[in-house]
Amino acid sequence: MEYILQPWPWYVSGPFIAIVMFLLLYFGRTFGMSSNLSTFCSIGGAGKRVKFFDFDWRQHQWNLIVVCGAIVGGYIAHNFLSNPIDIELSQAAITDLEKLGFHDVGKSLLPTELFSWNAVVSLKGFLILTIGGFLVGFGTRYAGGCTSGHAITGLSSLQLPSLIAVIGFFIGGLIMIHLIYPILF
Amino acid sequence: MGKYLKFFLVGIFFGIVLVKSEAVSWYRIFEMFKFQSFHMYGIIGSAVITGIILLLVSKQMKLKTTEGTYLRVPLKDKGLVRYIIGGSIFGLGWALCGACPGPMYILVGTGVFTMLIVIIAAVFGTYVYGAIQSKLPH
Repeated sequence: MEYILQPWPWYVSGPFIAIVMFLLLYFGRTFGMSSNLSTFCSIGGAGKRVKFFDFDWRQHQWNLIVVCGAIVGGYIAHNFLSNPIDIELSQAAITDLEKLGFHDVGKSLLPTELFSWNAVVSLKGFLILTIGGFLVGFGTRYAGGCTSGHAITGLSSLQLPSLIAVIGFFIGGLIMIHLIYPILF
Repeated sequence: MGKYLKFFLVGIFFGIVLVKSEAVSWYRIFEMFKFQSFHMYGIIGSAVITGIILLLVSKQMKLKTTEGTYLRVPLKDKGLVRYIIGGSIFGLGWALCGACPGPMYILVGTGVFTMLIVIIAAVFGTYVYGAIQSKLPH
């Protein structure tokens, strides 16, 4: 139990994620979390206006069930399987984040400076979350997949498009952290 | 319900793994893009290596899925522009809110309800892509 309550090392977590991918393939499906965003559009009736969403979303119900499970899994892991231990970030990251004005770095999963309701009701906080979410939703469909579909499934099956997409993920991520963050914070 | 139970269980496992690995943490994503820790690279790298082995072995064994077909991964369309541009846009958002689509849902489960705003924005982003898809270079 002690080992479960501690944060899991990468060499345990990584193979477990591969097992998730493998199980979904074994069930005749595929590992792709961003597809659910399209499914939500289709459920909301977007198919009537935009052909891209004109599909039978019931075919993707199984993936919504995976999402429901993931939410429950998050609840279980956070409330019952975690000692309240800090995230063991590298000292370099902590120093950089403190320089950007973040407090209590790594004391919780996410910084309160961005994800508390107080932060969200400010214009800047609201824009960060909505623009961030928008870019993820837009970009993932443009690129035909996200971390699960490209970085895990696509690279595991040695597909060149997925390698290009992952390179794209990093181009965007590096621009954001190294060039845009210093302006934002 | 019965046929969906296995998906629910896989989802629970996925949620637990991503929380316990700290891959859902905004801080870990920041650290990754700063190249200040091996942690996230270790997770993704060992996931991919394990994935490659699992897929090679199941191909060797001619493993069949529970649906009766051979286990296979759907192939992505060939292309360059959509993957580089789309990927970069995704990366900008990933680094800004520190969450990709899987962790977004999982974080709601951990009690971060402001993540619902990110999810709604992501659904809207997906909608806008669908609406202007034909005008974009692919």
